[in-house]
Amino acid sequence: MNPSTPPSPAAAAAASTAPSATPIWRTQLGTYLGLALVLAGMVGLFSWLSEYFWSVETFVTIANEIPALAVMAVGMTFVLIIAGIDLSVGSVMALAAATSAAAILQWGWPVPAAAALALVTGLVCGTITGAISVAWRLPSFIVSLGMLEAVRGSAYLVTDSRTQYVGDAISWLAAPLVGGISVAFLIALVLVVVAQLVLSRTVFGRSVVGIGTNEEAMRLAGVDPRPVRIIVFAVTGLLAGLAGLMQSARLEAADPNAGSGMELQVIAAVVIGGTSLMGGRGSVVTTAFGVLIIAVLEAGLAQVGASEPSKRIITGCVIVAAVIIDTLRQRRTTH
Amino acid sequence: MPHTPSPTPATPLLHVDAVGKDYHGTTVLHDVTLALNAGEVLALTGENGAGKSTLSKIICGLTPATRGGMRLAGAAFMPESRQDAERQGVRMVMQELGLVPTLTVAENLLLGRMPSTAGWVRRAELHAAARAQLAKIGLESIDPATPVSRLGIGQQQMVEIARNLQDDTRILVLDEPTAMLTPRETNYLFEQIARLTARGVAIVYVSHRLEELRRIADRVAVLRDGRLVDACPMAGLSEDDLVRRMVGRSVNDLEHRPRRAAGAVVMQVNGIGRASAVQDVSLELRAGEVFGIAGLVGSGRTELLRLLYGADRADRGSVSLPVDDFKPKQAAALDAPAHTAIKSIAKGVYKTFAKGFHSPLQAMAAGVGLVSEDRKSQGLLLAQPIRINATLSDLSAVSRGGWLQGAREHGLVQSFIRTLRIRCTSGEQPVGQLSGGNQQKVVFARWLHRPVRVLLLDEPTRGVDVGARAEIYGELDRMAAEGRALLMVSSDLRELMAMADRIGVMSAGRLVAIFERGEWTEQSLLAAAFSDAAGRPAPAQPVSPVAA
Repeated sequence: MNPSTPPSPAAAAAASTAPSATPIWRTQLGTYLGLALVLAGMVGLFSWLSEYFWSVETFVTIANEIPALAVMAVGMTFVLIIAGIDLSVGSVMALAAATSAAAILQWGWPVPAAAALALVTGLVCGTITGAISVAWRLPSFIVSLGMLEAVRGSAYLVTDSRTQYVGDAISWLAAPLVGGISVAFLIALVLVVVAQLVLSRTVFGRSVVGIGTNEEAMRLAGVDPRPVRIIVFAVTGLLAGLAGLMQSARLEAADPNAGSGMELQVIAAVVIGGTSLMGGRGSVVTTAFGVLIIAVLEAGLAQVGASEPSKRIITGCVIVAAVIIDTLRQRRTTH
Repeated sequence: MPHTPSPTPATPLLHVDAVGKDYHGTTVLHDVTLALNAGEVLALTGENGAGKSTLSKIICGLTPATRGGMRLAGAAFMPESRQDAERQGVRMVMQELGLVPTLTVAENLLLGRMPSTAGWVRRAELHAAARAQLAKIGLESIDPATPVSRLGIGQQQMVEIARNLQDDTRILVLDEPTAMLTPRETNYLFEQIARLTARGVAIVYVSHRLEELRRIADRVAVLRDGRLVDACPMAGLSEDDLVRRMVGRSVNDLEHRPRRAAGAVVMQVNGIGRASAVQDVSLELRAGEVFGIAGLVGSGRTELLRLLYGADRADRGSVSLPVDDFKPKQAAALDAPAHTAIKSIAKGVYKTFAKGFHSPLQAMAAGVGLVSEDRKSQGLLLAQPIRINATLSDLSAVSRGGWLQGAREHGLVQSFIRTLRIRCTSGEQPVGQLSGGNQQKVVFARWLHRPVRVLLLDEPTRGVDVGARAEIYGELDRMAAEGRALLMVSSDLRELMAMADRIGVMSAGRLVAIFERGEWTEQSLLAAAFSDAAGRPAPAQPVSPVAA
């Protein structure tokens, strides 16, 4: 009761044995090691099952699959951390590819302008999703579900429901430089690093984590959550647009059906990486591991000759098992 | 269940034996021993936070006791859950309604035991049973097919009571049952209580409405700070006697210390209000003073602080703050809204915000901070480390160009941990793992490095143990000495009397009195807080299908 009471000796002792700094990467080291082990285990398993798996061709295939998935997964990581979800990324990817193809083929735009149009298309779609869910306080699940349909329809409209062959105008993006590593792959790699730094080292990243943990607390601490939410969705749209460019560079075509169902693959990669669907917890680096696991699983199952139905059953089981393991790990560390 | 014969007066119906309860290391109930006889109304009373609700929740199986035991009609009674207690005839009507708004009155009344055939509800039987249940409490006028969401709040409360008036009820705990009832509904309730006690049911009536206790209670048990002060017959006890028992104890030395020197006015509140929750409150805060706000829960204290911080938007009145000594950046932020005006109050230039601030961001730019009442849901990111929580409200100090500077943030957090003596393993420990007192210190840390001139504090020591309280008081003292104005809401009158230079009392949304240090007594503060009880306007009844 007495405000001038001196601190008890026990309190002073507790304060003097003050905690020391722990670098953030060290607290995450266990997670990284665990995911790397899972990945190594999968590579080992598939190499043992199929003599063809351990080959340059397989790794080129995997390296080609990765960029589009990784780029979208980076955006989705931020979306899940603010406790949102974006189901429209696959459709946005197709629309972005479609508009750039239309710009090159029908309107005769130069390639850089068409590429910029693809990115702007993605940015606009993402901004619409974010702005609608913020303005009317709607769950992003519903808004992005609507966008999934509307944007897919737009992609059909732009392509006239036919695959548009772009040719090799932008294929340099996907062409391998050294041993399967393409420009697209390098872009995805840089994005992962930059996005992780933004998440853990910037004021914006801090706001993202805070909003996902407790939005009201952030508001009372003087942070307006609305622009942060819109920016996260806008950037995710932009990245889906970039994925669209990567995809049409690789296939030399814009397919209106491209990326159909890919939103679930993206969410699966992020969740396997340990990002929580409840918001507030996640990391871009672990998402990258999730992308690798999905890509290796896909290529490996194809190599061992698994049928399409069994491929999907196994993929489903892996996703659920990964999340169970992560949940158990989290419970252990928080108690 | 088989009906046990009424126990003789020698063996009370319920015997509470040395029951105690700890929450996160804080003792909220100290070994209470109490007997409840069949057919009596025992009033359970005390100030906010005295332990009334905790004791009744233990009796009804909503929360387990940490220590002690209970006996029901002579047999050991330790309910594991509310269902378990109800099976043994011990029921509780909660302050928060437990009704499902989308279901009908009948469905709510018979929830969990609806008459059915192979899963299909027998509607006629359901409605007949519901009507019989409603008739017990004089609510024949309510159609059992009405969805609960269409009833007024008072009628909902009555339905909740009706749900618990079942034939096997042996003990009925009513927690502030009349808080939302009209006088007519209250009379029905009291008639029903009389009928129940005549049948041998024991009633535990939790309330701090003294005039009601006098009407209904046979005996009264007074709790204070989680301890049973007295349990005695109601007859012959005056309201003064009761208040003295509720307040009790000797006067603290601190209550006699001189008033702090108050400086210039740093915030002037003019008739601010929002609907009926806060009604035209005016006050002046001066630099270096602690202004206490007393009042019952629901008197508009929390709502007032939220208006002053822009967390909720006021619909009338204004707030004025001095602008003379503002840093350019803050002044620029103040210039943004078009509805502000600069005017002179005494000496110095003041800026007026019509209807208060429109967002917490604007309040912070003007030098106003809030330590919110519910730190778990509004103040803290429980899953995040101390480091993130402590610097949340001003990252500009630890960042450059939007990039956080890890070393500087770490250093700042370490200095918070040292100066506030936060007990933790490291700055990376999630705040959810800290004790209540240490969590509160983390919230304080946020306002230590900001140019805050007015700090609004809502129950700053709630859930904080005695040792940590002293440290928080020391911190508040230091902040006031630095020239900040503190506006502090507390349910603990002794805390306010020890800390505050002035105390304003709120009742039913109004600031009904302001006492200067030395003018107040606990009795005068309590009397002001209860002042609405007599002249309380009937609560607004929403349109209901059965409005008489």
